Amino acid sequence: MAAILDRNDDLGGFRPEPDDNLIICRCEEVTKGEIRRAVHEGMRTMTEVRRFLRVGMGLCQGGTCGRIVKGIIAKEMGVKPSELSECTSRGPARPIEMRIFGNEVADDE
Amino acid sequence: MKRYDLIIIGAGPAGLSAAVEAAGAGMHVVVFDENARPGGQLFKQIHKFFGSKEHKAKIRGIRIGEELLKEAEDAGVEVHLNAIVMGLFDCKEITVMENEAVHHYKADSIIIATGARENMVPFEGWTLPGVIGAGAAQTLMNLHGVQPGSRVLMVGSGNVGLVVSFQLLQAGVQVAAVIDAAPRVGGYGVHASKVARTGVPFYLSHTVVKAEGENHVTGAVIAQVDERFQPIPGTEMHLDVDTICMAVGLSPMSQLLSMAGCEMVDKGGVVPVVNAYGETSIRGIFAAGDVAGIEEASSAMITGRITAAAAAAELGYLSEEEFEKKAENLKASLKQLHEGMFSPENRGRTDLTVTDEGIALSSTLLKKGYVADEEISRFPGVVSGIKGIHPVIECTQNIPCNPCQDACRFGCISVGEKITKLPEVNQEARCTGCGMCVAMCSGQAIFLVDEDYDETGASVTIPYEFLPYPEPGTKGTALGRDGKAVCEAEVLSCRTAPVMDHTALLTIRVPKSMAMKARFFTV
Repeated sequence: MAAILDRNDDLGGFRPEPDDNLIICRCEEVTKGEIRRAVHEGMRTMTEVRRFLRVGMGLCQGGTCGRIVKGIIAKEMGVKPSELSECTSRGPARPIEMRIFGNEVADDE
Repeated sequence: MKRYDLIIIGAGPAGLSAAVEAAGAGMHVVVFDENARPGGQLFKQIHKFFGSKEHKAKIRGIRIGEELLKEAEDAGVEVHLNAIVMGLFDCKEITVMENEAVHHYKADSIIIATGARENMVPFEGWTLPGVIGAGAAQTLMNLHGVQPGSRVLMVGSGNVGLVVSFQLLQAGVQVAAVIDAAPRVGGYGVHASKVARTGVPFYLSHTVVKAEGENHVTGAVIAQVDERFQPIPGTEMHLDVDTICMAVGLSPMSQLLSMAGCEMVDKGGVVPVVNAYGETSIRGIFAAGDVAGIEEASSAMITGRITAAAAAAELGYLSEEEFEKKAENLKASLKQLHEGMFSPENRGRTDLTVTDEGIALSSTLLKKGYVADEEISRFPGVVSGIKGIHPVIECTQNIPCNPCQDACRFGCISVGEKITKLPEVNQEARCTGCGMCVAMCSGQAIFLVDEDYDETGASVTIPYEFLPYPEPGTKGTALGRDGKAVCEAEVLSCRTAPVMDHTALLTIRVPKSMAMKARFFTV
């Protein structure tokens, strides 16, 4: 992936496709068309699309859709999926209730 | 904060094997797993595994899981269940959600063995209830005793799709079809054959284009695809199903490794960059099993042991000499599993046309899931026209497996040193008809045939894993390799024994001309 992304490069403009209303991120109900459109609006990384549309920010944290979203963005940009960097991994790695998250226990050594 | 020599995340085949190895070297080790039960996917694997004796071949995954658990218990390994590792931070510190609280643990080494999750492909209606992962179907059936549906479309012909299709049939679920967008069956031919001979059609170069239904799946539409995997208009076909099972690959669950800052690479799934012993770019952090690259449980158990030995050596629990010896043995064992047509290097190859022996592969097997009658006789395990009872080994691809060779005490079967070689039948040796080879073949690819059973009939003994077992005298239909009815058949016997571990030997009588054609029985 190039260090500096050229957001003004012409991807040919957004062209509607018949399956644009297909839900891709089930947790946040984001469609394929919305993801494709976001790329044309200048979101050129997984992280940007994620912040823009909330794809992969629901309960499963992109477990199901992450790979599919990557494929859609890559296809729209005309690159291989492996050329796109992943979203940053952060803790908690699994959904956790706030009351538990706030309940840290200091175990004895 | 509790401290250990080694923290292992994931109590599946890789993690548990690593724990056993590490504890054996004297390390103070703990294993965390988010599930209520240890064993990972092993306890869903009710089929017999491949490989050789040392890889625990011909033992069912569930039993291997039990053995591994016992080994871990005996070694005094501490396993925390329902323990969700939430983060992996600097200096090998982890946070774990356990008993409604967050606990911190720290170790000198960490082995990540978190496995993989199932892939999905989106299509119209894919969010309807009834579209499930093949692994989910396996969980429902094999852990909870629940049928996932009554009639299933299996999408994906890799080993997962094939094995789960067979298990669905065993659970009394109909399988409407196995489809794959690829032009060739992806999994082992023997797995495909045991599904195809029950009458399940295979549609290669096909994809699912629609799940029908309002509130749940009531049908599926499949279509043929072109070379670019795009559906060809006009080729759509409707299937009456209430469940669509997706077996379209796995993705490593490697988030903890990227969170820790390990160098990662996307190889069709994001995996850590590791050295020959599974160590990542961060010293002391290792990856073993599917999280380091999708394979299967047998190799995960070996890579688990390799990483643990490396961690032990790094911390001084094994001398360099001891480590090298261990690693060498383990690597040799792994190498055996990495040979043959389905080796990691051959993954995705579609240009293989002959076996290592130079025999043309069955093209029907790759397109329809079964070896055609006119193709079968060219394989070295398939002999006919011999007097008396004899094995017919319908093993036609170089896969790492050799239990058949050990099963026969009378020397009828030889594979040789290289376990990917096709088994040969030694016509000099005398077959007693004991049927051990039939029961021991993990691929259910061995049959006993007696072409001189009586005046007009032959007997065919089939590996049979469906309940209820047919009673002797039951009249029914013999099916060919393609799953189509070939003739009437009568059950002569249905033998079981503890040593056969739930593979019954079903012997049927068919007309002589059908001895080399009848390969399944249905009432």
